[in-house]
Amino acid sequence: MAKKSSGTTTDKRKVGRRHPLAAVALIAIGLLSTGGVYALFTTSATAETSASQQELTDEGGKLFAANCATCHGMALQGTSEGPTLIGVGEAAVHFQVSTGRMPLAASGPQAEEKPVQFTDEQIEALYTYVGSKSPGPGLPDEETISGDGDAALGAELFRINCAMCHNVAGAGGALTQGKFAPSLAGVTSTHVYEAMVTGPQNMPVFNNNNLTLEDKANIITYLQFLDENPSPGGFDLGNLGPVSEGLFIWIFGLGAIVAITVWLTAKSN
Amino acid sequence: MSTATETPVTTTEPSTTSTAYGPFASPTRGARFTGAAANYIDERTSISGLVKEVGRKIFPDHWSFMLGEVALYSFVAILLSGTFLTFFFQPSMVPVHYEGSYVPLKGIEMSAAYASSLDISFDIRGGLLMRQVHHWAALLFVASIGLHMLRIYFTGAFRKPREINWIIGFVLFILAMAEGFTGYSLPDDLLSGNGLRIIDGMVKAIPIFGVWVSYLLFGGEFPGTDVVSRFYTLHILLLPAILVAALGVHLLLLVINKHTQFAGPGKTNGNVVGVPVMPVFAAKAGGFFFIVFGVIMLIAATFTINPIWNYGPYDPSPVSAGTQPDWYIGFADGALRLVPPHLEFLVFGDYTLSMNILLPLLVLPLFLGLVAFYPFIEAWITGDKREHHILDRPRNTPVRTAIGVAGVVFYAVLWASASSDLIATHFKLSIEGVIHGLQALFFLGPIIAYIVTKRICFGLQKKDREIALHGFESGRIVRLPGGEYIEVHQPLSDAERWRLTSYTDYEPLMIRPNSNGKITATQRLRAGFSRWFFEDRILPVSKGEIEASHHGDDH
Amino acid sequence: MADHNGGQSGSTDAGTAVEPSVPRTVSSGTAVVVQDGIPNPGHQPHRLRVTDLDPKKEKEASRRVSGLFFLSLIGSVAAVVFYFVFPIDPSNLASVRINTLSLGVAISLGLLGIGIGAVHWAKALMSDAEITEERHGTRGSDATRAKAVDVFTLGNKESGFGRRALIRNSLFAALAVTPIPAVVLFRDLAPAEEPGELLRHTMWDKGVRLTRDPSGTPIKASDVTYGSAFHVIPDGLNEEEDRLEQKAKASVLLMRLRPEDLIEPDEKKDWSYQGIVAYSKICTHVGCPVALYEQQTHNLLCPCHQSQFDVSDQAKVIFGPASRPLPQLPIAIDDEGYLVAQSDFHEPVGPSFWEREL
Repeated sequence: MAKKSSGTTTDKRKVGRRHPLAAVALIAIGLLSTGGVYALFTTSATAETSASQQELTDEGGKLFAANCATCHGMALQGTSEGPTLIGVGEAAVHFQVSTGRMPLAASGPQAEEKPVQFTDEQIEALYTYVGSKSPGPGLPDEETISGDGDAALGAELFRINCAMCHNVAGAGGALTQGKFAPSLAGVTSTHVYEAMVTGPQNMPVFNNNNLTLEDKANIITYLQFLDENPSPGGFDLGNLGPVSEGLFIWIFGLGAIVAITVWLTAKSN
Repeated sequence: MSTATETPVTTTEPSTTSTAYGPFASPTRGARFTGAAANYIDERTSISGLVKEVGRKIFPDHWSFMLGEVALYSFVAILLSGTFLTFFFQPSMVPVHYEGSYVPLKGIEMSAAYASSLDISFDIRGGLLMRQVHHWAALLFVASIGLHMLRIYFTGAFRKPREINWIIGFVLFILAMAEGFTGYSLPDDLLSGNGLRIIDGMVKAIPIFGVWVSYLLFGGEFPGTDVVSRFYTLHILLLPAILVAALGVHLLLLVINKHTQFAGPGKTNGNVVGVPVMPVFAAKAGGFFFIVFGVIMLIAATFTINPIWNYGPYDPSPVSAGTQPDWYIGFADGALRLVPPHLEFLVFGDYTLSMNILLPLLVLPLFLGLVAFYPFIEAWITGDKREHHILDRPRNTPVRTAIGVAGVVFYAVLWASASSDLIATHFKLSIEGVIHGLQALFFLGPIIAYIVTKRICFGLQKKDREIALHGFESGRIVRLPGGEYIEVHQPLSDAERWRLTSYTDYEPLMIRPNSNGKITATQRLRAGFSRWFFEDRILPVSKGEIEASHHGDDH
Repeated sequence: MADHNGGQSGSTDAGTAVEPSVPRTVSSGTAVVVQDGIPNPGHQPHRLRVTDLDPKKEKEASRRVSGLFFLSLIGSVAAVVFYFVFPIDPSNLASVRINTLSLGVAISLGLLGIGIGAVHWAKALMSDAEITEERHGTRGSDATRAKAVDVFTLGNKESGFGRRALIRNSLFAALAVTPIPAVVLFRDLAPAEEPGELLRHTMWDKGVRLTRDPSGTPIKASDVTYGSAFHVIPDGLNEEEDRLEQKAKASVLLMRLRPEDLIEPDEKKDWSYQGIVAYSKICTHVGCPVALYEQQTHNLLCPCHQSQFDVSDQAKVIFGPASRPLPQLPIAIDDEGYLVAQSDFHEPVGPSFWEREL
């Protein structure tokens, strides 16, 4: 029971008030707390509370100011560099930003699809912000993009309204002055809806009075059918029609056959 | 019946006794059967005469001589697969509602022709395969005719006595294109229907009676309900009948004139050196038929062609981006695209003259006419009335070859113009830029091609001359005692030299006054052409030059 | 056979005279005929193949040939098997692919096996000695020709064809006229009506509503927003018996621009409605649907031959082979707000034709 006094220095070294791992623990706590606070203040993914809508809008506003306002104006009024965004709505923003077309990297005949610059949360923030300032067509609901529509009606509408630019199989096509209508292969149904309803750049606007929601759902069903069903005839050579077929027969068909004739008439060893 | 040696011979077939087989020890049962069968047929058809004439006919062996066979065999593939299709296709434009298994067309109103084509593709086993064989074979058919014609042109095989065969071949080329066009219009899909719309527009532009012709063709206003069945009659009856007849004459003339051959040791203008029909040529040609058919079948099994289900039934309202005809009609479509705007005029007061359509309609037949009549033009220029059975190497006829390449470039520019929008999207150009570029190439391309080709021919001829006189460069360097380096040249054998030196040389025509002491305009024209063709030329190596070179060279 | 050189071209024989057998000379024109040319070295010695020299190689080659033929056999039998083993299931599009692929590859194996086998047999095993066959001139011999001329001379004499001018000429006249009924028989390929008139009229008329293609539902002016492109058919088109023929003339594109962007001459100022314009969709070049509308540039592009029309300036041609602007359909709204035509087009639609301006 005799206790040593806590006076000797050597003893104090071994048994101190600090645990040997205290330093580690302290650093860990420090990291966790700063990281946690950071995460707490920067995440915008929470959707449960109504207060998060405001957060989204604010976050979107910041992103907009940093990435979009130079060309589209702080009040979305447009500048000489970019058109006004008044009246565009959420769908347009979601389409342009989540396909990577915006922010525009360089000027050219049109804004082209390129690697997406923002995360999904950031994109949601952006479109929430723009949508709040400038109401317009919104994102599609599940029913429209589910692909449960009538593929036959959709195909007919596609041929009349879309095929002249995008090609009957969605392989894309040329427009004037270096512009083009892109291929639709692998494009998500959400993007298809959004492009139809907002008419990006030179694509006409197909509002819901021109092509109703049901029409759009049918078209989307048809495009999903095309994506899910490869051509029953074999490799489709890009679905570009007689041009690729003609090139193929001259280069590979006749080429193979001429090679065979050279073999056939060559003197055997 | 007949004894071995004393048979009164009224038949020429061997009897069934063993001594008639000569060196064979004893006839097998198979041989006896063949002998009896041959005897039966010959006694009723005189076929032994044909066998004697044709059986050991000689055919020279060169790969470029097989291109016509590619055309022939792909035609057979077309006939076989086409016959299959006729049992299922309905050439009627009566509207029906689709009840087959392709989901995106279910219930859609379409013509019976389109519906039956869909049924062939989706509901008949092997139907899609046969459709694809038929269409791929058609593309190959016209392509191989084109390549064959080029071979004939560049080797001068169209010269006497084969001028008529050239004309027949040209007719076959046109018929093949017509067959293709009527054929791909039969399913009445959006792509071929728009092609018909274009034809209707072109026909309407013909002065005076254009609208009438359009009415006759379509049985009234476009699209009407008659054109598919009328094209069907053309496609399976009239055009193939004329084609087969012309093909028969084409092959008959080939057998009568015998095949041409390239120059070589032992080959003269008066003989044919090669392999006999039985057995070698028959085996190679017969085997080649199976190979061509097999290649077509393999392509048809693995690559989609003309996916009509994507295009949908013909309707005057929709259209697809990338609307082109099959490749062999491309040159005509391209010509339409290259015409600049605003080329329509009012003549005689109020009549519309659509030069934007008439220009292609006039220029293209002119081009084709030049192709068809070239043999006669060249014969008039050279005045050479001898028979020619030895082929030219293209380098030895520089102007003919250069004209040919210029013609090919002209055709290729028009062909490329048909895919102007696809060129634009694939090479990230504007359609305006592509069209302007091709418009420039339309004029400049053939000129540049002519100049470059002629120079290349001269270069090759000079090289041949060098080799003929001094042998091949062997790559071995020898240092002579005096210190100089020379490259040792490997001498040519007589056979190798023969190939390089045995071509006909032509001089430009010397104009002479006719019996009235006059020089006619025709003479002047002819002399002008002759100068163009033959003024610049590389003379063939002569015997004297070779002997001189033997003394001069050290090997 | 001797090469013909120099001299005049021969003339055909006259009458029944038989020419003596003098060798014919044919003109060689401007060809340079060398008298003392390099001689033809003659046939080269025949080179034997490995299959000629080595019996083992020959056996290998023959085994390869028969092996290829057996492969062909397998391919053809496999094709029959695949036909039944891989049928088409109407509910499964992929079954069509498998059916096509399996049948096609098996049949091609059957064909290629025979082909390659036969060619290999010919190349490696059959005699490859080159044989020389002499040509004879294409021209018939003088005696044959004389006989041929005899045939016609006798025919002429015995029939009096040359002599009896009236018979001959009346025969030619009769033969020339015989085919004409056959030509005339084809007149009814076209209907009886005058074709030109039909091209001048379409289904559009005063008060006919503009409806959506293909459903036929009428369009309100308020539906057409800036940048929209509607594909339009006249009300009632879908019930017409000659639906496609009417559609080929009556198809229309409806677009809305800002009124200040529209350039309109005075006489056409009331053809549009608040910036909504309607133009014929049938290209004035050769008739394809001019359907590509670029909402920002106001260009209409035809995909067939790349003609371009400027919708803001009366659809005039700005590029490509077309010559005339697209005809404009004058529109207005009815009392319910639906868009209607004021009249038919003021000119024939579609490609030009000779009598168009009459």
